[in-house]
Amino acid sequence: MKRIIVCLKQAVDVTQLKVDPATRQLITASAPRKMSDFDKNALEEAVRLKEKNAGVEVVTVTVASEEAKTVLREALAMGADKAYVVNDAGLKDVDTLGTAHVLAEAIKKAGEFDLVLCGESSLDSFSGLVGSRVGELLSLPQVTSARKLSVEGDAVVGERTLEDSIETVKAKLPALVTVTREINQPRIPSLMMIMKASKKEIVTWTLADLAVDKAKLASKIEVVEVLAPKTERKRIRITGESVAEIADKLAKALIQEGVVKR
Amino acid sequence: MSEGKGVWVFSENADLTLEMLGKGREIADKVGAELAAVVIGSNAADWANELVKYGADKVYLVDNAVFGRFQAEAYLSVLHNLVVNYKPETVLIGSTKNGKPLAARLATRLEVGCVPDCSRLGVDEKGRLVGERITYGGNAVAKLTFKTKPQIVTVPSRAFEKPQPKKRSGQVVKLDLKAEQAKTEVVETKPLETSNVRIEEAELIVSCGRGLEKKDDRVLLDELAAVLCGQVGCSRPLAEDRKWFSEWVGLSGHKVKPKLYIACGISGVIQHVAGIRDAKVVVAINKDEQAPIFEVADYGVVGNLYEILPALKEALKKQLQ
Repeated sequence: MKRIIVCLKQAVDVTQLKVDPATRQLITASAPRKMSDFDKNALEEAVRLKEKNAGVEVVTVTVASEEAKTVLREALAMGADKAYVVNDAGLKDVDTLGTAHVLAEAIKKAGEFDLVLCGESSLDSFSGLVGSRVGELLSLPQVTSARKLSVEGDAVVGERTLEDSIETVKAKLPALVTVTREINQPRIPSLMMIMKASKKEIVTWTLADLAVDKAKLASKIEVVEVLAPKTERKRIRITGESVAEIADKLAKALIQEGVVKR
Repeated sequence: MSEGKGVWVFSENADLTLEMLGKGREIADKVGAELAAVVIGSNAADWANELVKYGADKVYLVDNAVFGRFQAEAYLSVLHNLVVNYKPETVLIGSTKNGKPLAARLATRLEVGCVPDCSRLGVDEKGRLVGERITYGGNAVAKLTFKTKPQIVTVPSRAFEKPQPKKRSGQVVKLDLKAEQAKTEVVETKPLETSNVRIEEAELIVSCGRGLEKKDDRVLLDELAAVLCGQVGCSRPLAEDRKWFSEWVGLSGHKVKPKLYIACGISGVIQHVAGIRDAKVVVAINKDEQAPIFEVADYGVVGNLYEILPALKEALKKQLQ
């Protein structure tokens, strides 16, 4: 194994997202960005494989419609050797298929590889489609939702948790693997690593640099609306002189609601 | 029934197939289309016939020993082949760990859109199929529709009701299709050790969060759950950080839809709330009257769960007698 590609998304930090209470619209434009959590697990796994296998190079690929240098610097500090970013305003409204087309072309342009690692899902849109779409476009075997991973000779072996079983799956390299958050605890880069990373290379491409068929980038999905959920709860406070009184009132209310069996 | 308007359902999971047939029937009737199920399996003829009772007008049955268990490339190639040949307008695929990548790959082969994990799904006044999904970590609900066809949707377990079986007629179409060569091999399968009853299926959940001080204190919840014939759940920190539970309720854990959800000592971060969105009644018990959980609860009690839970158990016992 010589080269691992990690697909990294710069995601909206959903824990710091604000909602306009009047319109229920999300204020995403000014919300802080960060490396999507699952992708960080994918990167950590790649760096661990590199540490176990001498001579392996870890390369990250990012698709963005805005500046993403902070995330890429963090990736390099964590142990990636080189970061590629396709940054183009034309990518603002692409859906999962368009993103996958750009990622696939960027991966091809970045050179030969043995393994592509992706997070199972992204922190913000949480679709969980892009990894499998990239794998399909590159005609790669896929191991999805891996919570353990190893490379054995010319194959990758992943353990995945299904609804009622745990499955161990083997795929011949080159392959694509999507990982869950259980797979590892990503490292926090030391100051030394951060300093070393500043010498590493970030390569920026635009769509014009890639062999992407622009017609394929048109979104196949139409967004009807994206709004903060309405809370249709009653919000009744139950109060009383004593704990027993409160409990009695609550029990009565629940029986009246018909949600506890008599 | 008109040509090229078909609504299809496919899942390797039996219950999910039936749940999607219920929803699929509703959509098909609304757009005046035929509802078809795809069955890929081994010795599956009886199952194919059964699906007619649950609403399928047609069942495409691909029955061969090689399809005895799920294999990504084999199932994908069969489903792709069928979709290309019979041109359904809408395909609902069960959003299992195997089903979701299958949907993503199918949509990619067809160069079309996919809306994953629709907790609600319907046809709007303009006749468009609109799927609703939770996004931005529970901060928003997105309503999405399609610009291309076929429209591929994935549906999570327990999102929709399983229909009642009825005596009705339908056609089973047996097809002999070849599978694409497998690129992956399952080398081992072991059963997953989980609780006997799955929390998604619980009608009543007593759930705890950081307010629970010791692991053994869950007995308070167990006792209340026992009175109500319910189950015990927890929020993410108790499972991920403290390791007191193996699974949790929330966007990244299990999305539940009980009749009653009692949140004890749970602050109510948005990711947790997204997991209980479909609960009928939510009760919050928390010491902190500012806890956001009160904003999304039907009944709120500001107080100590160590006092409230035993008292509630006694009150319910008394009043239910």
